Amino acid sequence: MLITRRVEFSASHRCAVASWSDEKNHEVFGADANPYGHGHNYVLEVTLSGHVDEVTGMIVDLKDVKTVLNREVVEVMDHRYLNAEVKPFDEIVPTTENIAREIWRRIVPHFSSDRVQLHEVKLYETENLYVEYRGE
Amino acid sequence: MTFTSRYPFSASHRLHSKQLSEDENWQVYGRCNNPFGHGHNYWLEVTVSGQPDAVTGMLVDRTKLDACVQEEILSRVRHTNLNEQVPELRDLVPTTENVAFVFLDFLKQGWAKHFPMQQARLDRVRIYETRNNRFEIKANEV
Repeated sequence: MLITRRVEFSASHRCAVASWSDEKNHEVFGADANPYGHGHNYVLEVTLSGHVDEVTGMIVDLKDVKTVLNREVVEVMDHRYLNAEVKPFDEIVPTTENIAREIWRRIVPHFSSDRVQLHEVKLYETENLYVEYRGE
Repeated sequence: MTFTSRYPFSASHRLHSKQLSEDENWQVYGRCNNPFGHGHNYWLEVTVSGQPDAVTGMLVDRTKLDACVQEEILSRVRHTNLNEQVPELRDLVPTTENVAFVFLDFLKQGWAKHFPMQQARLDRVRIYETRNNRFEIKANEV
């Protein structure tokens, strides 16, 4: 069975490769390369898989999931300029793909037991654009 | 291809296991263990898989799907106390995990009656307890 928890955070970013010229960054990333950055209300859906405990009827305590997501994602990224304030985005481009991978990396140790495993990270940059990552 | 339809319903429940002490119940379920229960506006999503019919262009007759979900699930749970009024949940803790199991079973039991001729297969049941928490089970998982 799968269980999904949704959280939101807002952050700003700029998509540009440091070693490239402004022209090349603009060519590749378009408006996302604006040197002043821009922001999104990100919506994160984290899906876990596991078996339902016979006694409690729960796969996992959702309070614990919320605590992990708040600590590892929301408190780290909410209302931050990702490029300047959140590692590793001082070194890699904070595209939605890379943010999803970083979220996976941060939370996977907390959901790697026999009972519950991290199944998918789905990150919406806007209502119309999202990335799904399963650790591949 | 899959087709999904969403059905809102409201119900109350209390999370309490007879196999645990009062203190343990409080520790495990927190406020969800409140003796008076509490409620949610659930969303149920039922997913059907198959191919669109060559003539009608429909994967499933949605009027029949609505009638099936109404009869097999919603009529039994809408505006109820899940612990007290749904016999199949009486001996289970009505976590949304367990509710998903029971709802899937309701649909499986009634499916052939509603869709005797159709190729459409029940694929998945998904229940949102709130906007932020959802649970899903594939029909072939149990």
